[in-house]
Amino acid sequence: MGIDLIIFTVLSAIAIAAALGVILSKNPVNSVLCMITCFVAIAGHYIMLNAQFLFVVHLIVYTGAIMVLFLFVLMMMNLNADIEPQKRNWLKYAGAISGGALLLVLVAALRDASLPAIQAGGKTDIGLVSNLGKTLFTSYVVPFELSSVLFLSAMVGAVVIGKK
Amino acid sequence: MEFTIDWYFLIEKLLLISAVLGVSLAVAMYSTWGERKVAAWIQDRRGPNRAGIFGLLQPLADGGKLFFKEEIIPSHANRFLFVLGPSLAMLTACLTSAVIPWGDTLTIGDRIVSLQIADINIGVLWIMAVVGMGVYGIMIGGWASNNKFSLLAACRGASQVISYELPMGLALIALFMLSGSLSLKDIVEQQREGVWYILLQPIGFLIFLICAFAECNRTPFDLPEAENELNGGYHLEYSSMKLGFYLFAEYINMFISSVLMATLYFGGYAFPYMDSLGLDGNTLTILGIVALFLKTFFFIFVFMWVRWTIPRFRYDQLMKLGWKILIPLALLNMLITGAVVLFRQYGI
Amino acid sequence: MQSLTNRATPVDRRPMNLWEKLYLPAIFKGMAITLGHIFKKKATVNYPEETRPFSPVFRGLHILNRDEEGRERCTACGLCAVACPAEAITMEAAERLPGEEHLYREEKYAARYEINMLRCIFCGFCEEACPKQAVYMSETFAPSNYQRQGFIYGKDDLLIAHPQKSITENKK
Repeated sequence: MGIDLIIFTVLSAIAIAAALGVILSKNPVNSVLCMITCFVAIAGHYIMLNAQFLFVVHLIVYTGAIMVLFLFVLMMMNLNADIEPQKRNWLKYAGAISGGALLLVLVAALRDASLPAIQAGGKTDIGLVSNLGKTLFTSYVVPFELSSVLFLSAMVGAVVIGKK
Repeated sequence: MEFTIDWYFLIEKLLLISAVLGVSLAVAMYSTWGERKVAAWIQDRRGPNRAGIFGLLQPLADGGKLFFKEEIIPSHANRFLFVLGPSLAMLTACLTSAVIPWGDTLTIGDRIVSLQIADINIGVLWIMAVVGMGVYGIMIGGWASNNKFSLLAACRGASQVISYELPMGLALIALFMLSGSLSLKDIVEQQREGVWYILLQPIGFLIFLICAFAECNRTPFDLPEAENELNGGYHLEYSSMKLGFYLFAEYINMFISSVLMATLYFGGYAFPYMDSLGLDGNTLTILGIVALFLKTFFFIFVFMWVRWTIPRFRYDQLMKLGWKILIPLALLNMLITGAVVLFRQYGI
Repeated sequence: MQSLTNRATPVDRRPMNLWEKLYLPAIFKGMAITLGHIFKKKATVNYPEETRPFSPVFRGLHILNRDEEGRERCTACGLCAVACPAEAITMEAAERLPGEEHLYREEKYAARYEINMLRCIFCGFCEEACPKQAVYMSETFAPSNYQRQGFIYGKDDLLIAHPQKSITENKK
């Protein structure tokens, strides 16, 4: 068993355990903390793929910024079990059915998809900063710029709401 | 899959990691002493001078005091998170030192030893990421204390760090446009051959400096620790060594930011005319380490100097400075730098 | 309102100009000031090794004086206790017995003489009231103590050393 496989197994185990923790934990703050652990484990997978830039951006954006905001909101709301309103029963069933339907679609889609084997770990250099930048600004320049316009509109929207 | 382990490499890196950690802790320890000395001098006092010569044993006395104090965990606190908070703060403070080039290469026997733990090509971004993670130490500690003042301070700390990460990143982008690399080693080598980046990026450095103050929660941006309105801040409920960890993490962060400023803008281990002295490699490397530490100590002094000069911001002033002044300034700086780089490349 | 001194200057309430709005010049000015203070003379005195000189009129801890032959001057008249505004002084008088002439100067002496240093306000009235030049105030202050009892100074604490005896004899 190679060292890559060991690390991969450990990281995956952590990621899955943390993901389960997100759903199963009663306390919302614990859920968020589990989610952060999950994100860090996934960031570890990016390193295994030699995608250093993605790894660090994942850490900065998701773990460092978005999850902090999540935590922020949850901590300010002071959620307690006794304050939480009782959910209706049919809502649970509806949730289970829609979740099951999504799973079904995913399985159906993945069954036919052919997954080409990724080259043995550490050989691709596409994840390095300069290569990624070149790819983004040559082959994918239109989607990249379009997504930046999307972000700009989101920012304008935030400012408009903030000004009210 | 066949692989062999390069034992020398492993031992070399382990030694380097322990050395870097040890030095970081020692410098942080003596920063507390230095802080008290500088504060005293600025206020026409003498500072600690009883424990040992010049009061040099003072940090040991302080540490011993913290160790022997009673550990209190508030009864309504979340015990696990309460302990996790200071541990995370300490962990993230120590993680950043991994990508900093502490010196050039040393030649021992026939091995060339690089004085950098990991020369990854995203060096600076790694530091940004770890600093961003550093918020969790404050937030978790503040929330787990189950105290409204701690919680308020934690929220302040988190929003402050997030807000000031943006201008910091933008200031760094302008620097990367000039360097063309994110690796700290490359940036230092470029400054060794050319000029220090402070001459090319004065506004960028100023923004970086201000943001570094904010990221370290140092005065004038020490709102998370404001005594007069928050009774002490996010570590209000902490006692003993857990409090010590929080305070210590602040000093390690200060040390790392000083090293970073020296590395990014003041040539790191490079010093002027170092290649025309005609010295051999190892001597030059050691001189380079000395140069880096001299620069670092100067910046630590600046941190303290500012702390004992400038009063604390009000919270709305802090946010206004971050979002309405520093970010536009950093964007402008980025724009001008980009234009100049483009002009030099194509000579329009 | 008429000003008492002509040093008062009106506050400048003009809006800040661009240079002032930058704040940086003001910050650098402040930092230059604090840097200058680093090299100034320190105001702190390294206390136990060096002490600040007292002024000659300083009124410190009391002493009970002896005359040149080493006899106690105090005659327990009680004038100091009467003069004391804080009522810090108490005493008990006793008659000098034959054979004690080398110990006490007058026929009556203070068998017990106590000053409560926690009550004392160091006004110096006792010193002024004393007709026998027995009470003086020295140029020291009362050292700290853990108990209140420790601040009640008896005759052992107040009497000065015998001028004709050695240090070891005086200790007794």
